[in-house]
Amino acid sequence: MTDSGLARERTRLAWLRTLLVAAGVAILAARMAATRGDPLVVALALGGWAALFAVAFRRYRSRRAGPGPALPLFALFAVGYAVLGTLLVLNG
Amino acid sequence: MRGVLSAVRQWFDPEDVRRVGTTPDYRFSLANERTFLAWIRTGLALVAGGLATAQFLPPLPIAHLREVIAVALLLLGGAVSVRAVDRWARTERAMRLGRDLPASRFPALLAILVGLGSALLVVAVLVQAFE
Repeated sequence: MTDSGLARERTRLAWLRTLLVAAGVAILAARMAATRGDPLVVALALGGWAALFAVAFRRYRSRRAGPGPALPLFALFAVGYAVLGTLLVLNG
Repeated sequence: MRGVLSAVRQWFDPEDVRRVGTTPDYRFSLANERTFLAWIRTGLALVAGGLATAQFLPPLPIAHLREVIAVALLLLGGAVSVRAVDRWARTERAMRLGRDLPASRFPALLAILVGLGSALLVVAVLVQAFE
């Protein structure tokens, strides 16, 4: 059986889907901060997504098979949004 | 505690996992990466659910129930994300060493938690409807 880069393409698409979901999370967090008049937190939430985009982009420009630190960084940002959301809820 | 710290250090050292065993077929590594991404999406969806609950759900008849639901979803999303990295590293290691993939109770636990949460919400909705 041959595999002409299909596994790699599927993985690239999975990264893209994950970035899309992350964008939804970032926008929800930014909206929540905006309704409370907190421009710094809005910038933090949207900037977090930009950083995620950079991480995913770098992962896909590198020719190495291993994902490098992209995976723990992504998880770290997911936890960051969870913590940010928790703080916003508790301060609300 | 030391075990936890060394595990965290390993997550951020991408070459560490490559020091043991032999490199498996790259398709298996990519499949492992996709599984990680699917778990991260699950975690992000839980976080999104928590953020949406806090913003769009009207206050519930039980005091602070909305905030409790939101925080529970957010924390569950964070836990799923952390566990996703750990799972990725363990699976990669097992593949390199030719061992069995690590078994996990986590999916069952997550399913039970989500099921219980949904059942509680059904009760809350019914209580609200008949009041």
